[in-house]
Amino acid sequence: MKSSPLAIALRYLGLLCVAMLTMGPFLWLLSTALKSGGENIFAYPPSLLPEHATFENFGRVLETQPFILYLKNSVLVALLSVTANLVFASLAAYPLARMEFRGKNLIFVALLSSMMIPFQLLMIPVYDLAISLGLQNSYLGLVLPHACTAFGVFLMRQAFLGIPKALEESALLEGLNRLQIWWYVLVPLVKPSLATLAVFSFIAVWGDFLWPLIILDDPSLYTLPLGVNRLANTFSMDWRLVAAGAVFSILPILAVFLFSQKYFIEGAMRGAVKG
Amino acid sequence: MQTRNTMREELLTSGTGQGQLTSRVRQKLQAAFTSRPSFGLSGLTPYLFLLPACVIIGAFVLYPMLHAIMASLTDYNMITESRFVGLDNYKLLVQDPFFWNSLKNTLLYLLVVVPVLVIAPIFLALLVNHALPGIKFFRAVFYLPVITSLVVTGLIWKWVYEEQGILNYFLLSTGITDNPVAFLTDPANALYSVMAVTVWTGLGYYMVIYLAGLQSIPKHLYEAADVEGVSKWRQTLFITIPLLKPSIAIVAVMSSIAAMKVFEEVYVMTQGGPLDATKTLVYFIYQSAFEEFEMGYAAAAGVVLFLLTLILSLVNLFLLRKDR
Repeated sequence: MKSSPLAIALRYLGLLCVAMLTMGPFLWLLSTALKSGGENIFAYPPSLLPEHATFENFGRVLETQPFILYLKNSVLVALLSVTANLVFASLAAYPLARMEFRGKNLIFVALLSSMMIPFQLLMIPVYDLAISLGLQNSYLGLVLPHACTAFGVFLMRQAFLGIPKALEESALLEGLNRLQIWWYVLVPLVKPSLATLAVFSFIAVWGDFLWPLIILDDPSLYTLPLGVNRLANTFSMDWRLVAAGAVFSILPILAVFLFSQKYFIEGAMRGAVKG
Repeated sequence: MQTRNTMREELLTSGTGQGQLTSRVRQKLQAAFTSRPSFGLSGLTPYLFLLPACVIIGAFVLYPMLHAIMASLTDYNMITESRFVGLDNYKLLVQDPFFWNSLKNTLLYLLVVVPVLVIAPIFLALLVNHALPGIKFFRAVFYLPVITSLVVTGLIWKWVYEEQGILNYFLLSTGITDNPVAFLTDPANALYSVMAVTVWTGLGYYMVIYLAGLQSIPKHLYEAADVEGVSKWRQTLFITIPLLKPSIAIVAVMSSIAAMKVFEEVYVMTQGGPLDATKTLVYFIYQSAFEEFEMGYAAAAGVVLFLLTLILSLVNLFLLRKDR
């Protein structure tokens, strides 16, 4: 049944209204970041567009704060965390999906219960543990607590359960060992789920604020969220600068998002169906 | 083990079928296959696969969990030697008006944010669940707040909420209000202003969950309804919403757990103020632990948070069961 033109027009109107709601604040931020020093950003009525758009604020941000370094830290931490998540979760998921062994139920329950514990309850003991392991002010300290989640393990287990057993049995008869089966037979078949997990862990680690805030006091290891926060604390009145820093921190994830949008939304949908 | 079993069955059945194996050989074979694997590498295989995940989750989630419960029974403060104080921290919590205030704020957060985040994304999902030109663009735009880090989101909104800011300009010029609204500086508004940011961030995320739910509804139900001449509006009400129930339950649980844990928005926009109006439970824990260094006390508040989360999760499990 075809929708009437009126219904379609109404739908687009609704879409545009919501788009203004979600995009509006970003556009306002961008407009502020592009306003020159001579322009009054507190003018009333506020000017929606900059009088003379300029990139000088971005230059000033880079002069006052090592944002390139923050970017490098964020990228490094995100890459390490995502890789660790993919490897560890899919390794652990294999025996949980396909093998019988003593203690399986115990491990299942332990993993499941770990999903219900809010990080905020753990931050004090995890902080203590990280200090005693010498993880303060290190990339490893930023990555390790994020390196595997029970959510990831269950997501991958679900994916492995969907693979016919016969494939694995014939590989066993061919003389492949379990690790080879995992790598050559199973992992290539669950790429969509791996993409989902990559997207989820990327968003989580890229936006993470509380853990780096606690574990780092060396600004040279700051990730972008901490850098933006530091900028906001130092130049609380200069919104042009803060806005430029915020825009700078959004651009990389925006680029990743635009290039892999398919994985983000379809991946998130797959996670929703299974998770 | 499973493969061993199938191999055993194949060998044994082929043996009996063709009568080639003597009973002694068969007994031996049976013994070989049923005996537990010796302590070689093969018996350890599943544990080796599980090792990295278990070490990380054990070290950074399960062990700290036990540690936090223990710490809540001490006067641990990182400076002096910690002593066992029994339930003293919990007794102090019960008498602490700041704790009650933060608990009240967190519960209010739940009561307002969860219903909005359960209902509004359904409409969003219905809106984008159409094959129109440019629909992918809109889906992406609605998802943008989800990928932005909460700190940056908080800063953006702090700027939007300014007394002379864009939102007040919009409200004044459309005549919705007569005076600029003090979104973050008036204790009566601040908590609701922070809530709005949490909602703004969550809309796209839960929209996607509903979108997945919508696409799993069989199309023929709608076709049949079309044939019967049922209006689109009634189809939504009587087919879509009931069949979305599992997704609704998931969103209810996820959004309530997220609302329990609100921290970044508060930290960036209001620091718990004005007059503690936006101090949530997690902000209270953060302050007690990392500003006042009352670690034992903070841990006790953390255990309360955990129990509340646990209750929410159990309610969720119950709801999901009921729907099946």
